[in-house]
Amino acid sequence: MKHIVIIGNGISGITAARNIRKRSNDNITVISGETEHFFSRTALMYIYMGHMKYENTKPYEDWFWKKNKIDLVKDFVEKVDPDSKQLVLRNKGNFKYDILIIASGSKSNKFGWPGQDLKGVQGLYSFQDLELMEQNSKGIKHAVIVGGGLIGIEMAEMLLTRKIGVTILVRENEFWSNVLPIQEANLISRHVRSHHVDLRLNIELKEIQSDGNGKVKSIVTNKGETIECQFVGLTVGVSPNIDFLKNSGIETKRGVLVNEYLETDVPNVYALGDCVERKYDLPGRRNIEQVWYTGRMMGEVVAQTITGEKTKYEPGPWFNSAKFFDIEYQTYGNVWNELKSNEMEFYWEHASGTKCVHVVWDKLTNQFLGINTFGIRMRHECFDIWLREKRSIDFVIEHLAEANFDPEFFSQHEDEIVSEYKKVTSLISQ
Amino acid sequence: MKYLQTIGLTLFVIGFALFNVSFFWSGYQLTPEIVKSQISDEKKASALLLETKEIVAPEPSSNFKFVADLSAAFERVNERQLAIFSLSDTELDKLASYNKEKFTIASVDSVFRGNDEQSAFKRKAFKDNGSWLDGQATSREQIQTVADNIKKYSIISQFGFDRYAVKDLKYSITKAAAISPVKSNPTLYLFLTFGLCIIGSMLYILPKLKLPPGIKNNGIFFNVMKNVQWLGILTGSWLIAFYVFLYFYPEYMTNWVLMVDPVSRLLSGNEAGRFFLYGFIYTLCILVMGVRMLINYRHSKYQILRTCSVMFFQTAFAFLIPEILIRLNQPYFDFKNIWPLDYSFFFNNRLDTLLANGGLGVFMLVWGIALIIIAVPVLVYFFGKRWYCSWVCGCGGLAETLGDPYRQLSNKKLSAWKIERWMIHGVLVFAVVMTGGVLYTYFTNSSWVLFFDSYKLREIYGAFIGAGFAGVVGTGFYPLMGNRTWCRFGCPLAAYLGIIQRFKSRFRITTNGGQCISCGNCSTYCEMGIDVRWYAQRGQNIVRSSCVGCGVCSSVCPRGVLNLEVKEEEGRFGKAILIGNNGIKLVD
Ligand SMILES: Cc1cc2nc3c(=O)[nH]c(=O)nc-3n(C[C@H](O)[C@H](O)[C@H](O)COP(=O)(O)OP(=O)(O)OC[C@H]3O[C@@H](n4cnc5c(N)ncnc54)[C@H](O)[C@@H]3O)c2cc1C
Ligand code: SF4
Ligand code: SF4
Repeated sequence: MKHIVIIGNGISGITAARNIRKRSNDNITVISGETEHFFSRTALMYIYMGHMKYENTKPYEDWFWKKNKIDLVKDFVEKVDPDSKQLVLRNKGNFKYDILIIASGSKSNKFGWPGQDLKGVQGLYSFQDLELMEQNSKGIKHAVIVGGGLIGIEMAEMLLTRKIGVTILVRENEFWSNVLPIQEANLISRHVRSHHVDLRLNIELKEIQSDGNGKVKSIVTNKGETIECQFVGLTVGVSPNIDFLKNSGIETKRGVLVNEYLETDVPNVYALGDCVERKYDLPGRRNIEQVWYTGRMMGEVVAQTITGEKTKYEPGPWFNSAKFFDIEYQTYGNVWNELKSNEMEFYWEHASGTKCVHVVWDKLTNQFLGINTFGIRMRHECFDIWLREKRSIDFVIEHLAEANFDPEFFSQHEDEIVSEYKKVTSLISQ
Repeated sequence: MKYLQTIGLTLFVIGFALFNVSFFWSGYQLTPEIVKSQISDEKKASALLLETKEIVAPEPSSNFKFVADLSAAFERVNERQLAIFSLSDTELDKLASYNKEKFTIASVDSVFRGNDEQSAFKRKAFKDNGSWLDGQATSREQIQTVADNIKKYSIISQFGFDRYAVKDLKYSITKAAAISPVKSNPTLYLFLTFGLCIIGSMLYILPKLKLPPGIKNNGIFFNVMKNVQWLGILTGSWLIAFYVFLYFYPEYMTNWVLMVDPVSRLLSGNEAGRFFLYGFIYTLCILVMGVRMLINYRHSKYQILRTCSVMFFQTAFAFLIPEILIRLNQPYFDFKNIWPLDYSFFFNNRLDTLLANGGLGVFMLVWGIALIIIAVPVLVYFFGKRWYCSWVCGCGGLAETLGDPYRQLSNKKLSAWKIERWMIHGVLVFAVVMTGGVLYTYFTNSSWVLFFDSYKLREIYGAFIGAGFAGVVGTGFYPLMGNRTWCRFGCPLAAYLGIIQRFKSRFRITTNGGQCISCGNCSTYCEMGIDVRWYAQRGQNIVRSSCVGCGVCSSVCPRGVLNLEVKEEEGRFGKAILIGNNGIKLVD
């Protein structure tokens, strides 16, 4: 029996462990330093907002691990030595493995701003960050969030529930417009503002100022403006958490480098999830994919490989989702923030200004390339098939109602979307 | 907004406090007229009057003292009647020695001669109870047994008050004897209590319209009311106490019943009973908290329609129509209540009432049976059990409105699911056996079925399941164990609906491909304690007998993963597969 050791009990490591267990009797140990049990990182905000307790964010009950013979070790891996197939743990010392899976996730970015280590300045990634945020935000009046991404908006929503005023500094000219096309970015910017967030665009952080006791007092922007605040959220992205691999000999760049089989350059060492940087390109995907789904899919893949069925990481069409305050967002295929030269687009927005659909297709072949939908739920399965089958945009529009996943009795907008699409496209063809 | 809400809360607290004060706020004066009006048997009435001299004196007392005095009086009447009418040892000895070897029942006439009431009773009672001794060898012991039975059964029921009579009379006499501000001006107090509470609640709830539409779960787990902290525990205790008084000690809550007398007279023309009070409060809770639900979920048409539906069915079907039927001299009937939730549907008194009421009565009987054997399976097949549990049912209606703030308290553990399956199906079996016994008794007139007494069994069911479980635990435990404790662990109708939903229905909750992020909102807010996430994160349809289709899991899911759907049966259970990952094979 082999001993499979997994570093990291996030979605990647745990998916790998569960799927290996389904297929083999090998010994499995998961070593992780953050929490004893697997919890859902994506739910951190709900703990702070009082929607859930930490307990509620654990996808499996505590007895699950023992029953499935998955050993859990709460400790930090300080060093990896592939030659002796050994790890060095902070408390438990040396630890042997036969196969190693690195699933160590990410850490928040900091860009060397003056004052970035003051008390009251933090990112949000780990459970400890959440506890820190609980302390840092106690009794304060105003917060500044730097960065207009998904974690930034979550942080804003969190702070607002504690009646803390929020200013968001965004470098781009609309919220998240480095990912979203301008129409959607604009819609979200409006929605963010309707929640009384002071959203400032085209602006950057220059400096964080101290109150003289090591605590944040205010920030200064690149435009010379000073904003008083007792809390600064740094949400300018995350990067692979791989410092402990420095002298291990395992090849890394920004992340742990892997091939199609998620193998590192060292035999019997695999890497998954947020900490991975793919050596090869996949169409429509970045080489570092810091999303939940990627971690999960990589976990499924590696489990098959390790249990004897060598499998490539071949994700289907891209999909993702998020929620901006009250507006849900789903995307299938690729809708880039800027239209590519071969692409055409159609954008529909509901009169309420809180729902929209944005589709993109290939100018020449009419092939449907992707959809963004805000405030309307759509079926992953439909788009997954249509994208794989390279359906035409006309087909997709015609069958849009089939993809609707909104609850019963919800207003349906497909008729309106279809007729507007026809109007717009007939104008173009004239 | 804050301002209005504070005023609202204050008004509510004042109204509620007055309501509680009025529970105690009464004097009592028992007059011979009251006793006579409540006890039709003149002899019994005067026997009680003999024992209630000091209560009759016009001095106000508290409800606890008054009821205690009254109970003592009933006991004294019973003791006195026993003393008068029991057969004494000397009399029994005499009877034994009179029948030297063989017992003849006719000898009773010679031993208890006399023309007085006592002797007449003793003769008759001994003949009724002891005819089996006739012709047997005389035994002093057997004679004693007969005498004991007479003591136990005949005397109390003929000259005294058995426990059923005591229970009813304590309540009706206390109500009639009350002298209280509430009684002299019920409408005013109705306004000062219920009125203020309603106005207060509305002032508290309506300003929420100012908040943007969307999920409103902020701070639930910090809230002292919604997270089993002091206020929640206090509220639970109050509710439990309310139910215990309502079902087991209604005589203490007469002031509250008096308060709703005007409403009852308006509707049915009769004075209010305790269950009218209960129905009135119940309906108000559903309406007021229904408005809250409508505002909180106004972004979801599903939730809006569903909430309107339970508000309508409670108000019209459970509350108004039955009262109007009574006004029209027709039997009380709730057209949406279904056996075995309505466990007394087949009780002889109800069957007799229906059958005695001509065409309408028969229609009601047929309707009730059609609901059980046609509506339940057909509608569950097409829509799932939700058509009843979260669109029509009164218990469900209360759970979805008054109980909504507590839905997150349901236990999601696998172990709880195991207990649930044993309990709820156990209650279903109990209900079926009990009803079978009752019907057997109805048709054969024999109360013994195999090894049990059907009267005893229905009494046990009524006390432990009907009142104890459905009421005290079902609602009283809202703030402690969540709002569907009864529906999940106890309701026999839910068990029946659930079996069909599990095995023969088009209803399922589908999951949206690979979009689940395992956040846990769905499981946390599932009032039935279903671990929805368990299914969603493996891409499997949720087909569970207990799902009441409230749709809240779908509403709270931040990634649009869950959808309640009815589709053709094929492929309903689905495979546990998360799409979007090529080359991945399923292992079971
Ligand atoms: C607030 C927030 C919201 C998010 N929301 C979404 C969302 O809505 N959708 C989405 O797709 N993605 C979301 N993400 C991203 C998503 O959570 C991550 O992509 C995913 O959790 C990565 O999983 P992982 O298993 O690769 O790593 P992680 O979940 O980071 O797990 C790695 C674990 O390994 C431990 N570890 C690391 N190094 C060591 C070591 N040396 N020794 C021991 N243990 C170690 C870490 O402490 C950690 O517990 C969100 C992230 C955050 C922070
Ligand atoms: S609420 Fe939605 S995303 Fe969260 S666990 Fe449930 S199904 Fe998954
Ligand atoms: S599974 Fe969903 S719809 Fe069913 S009872 Fe639970 S929350 Fe309601």
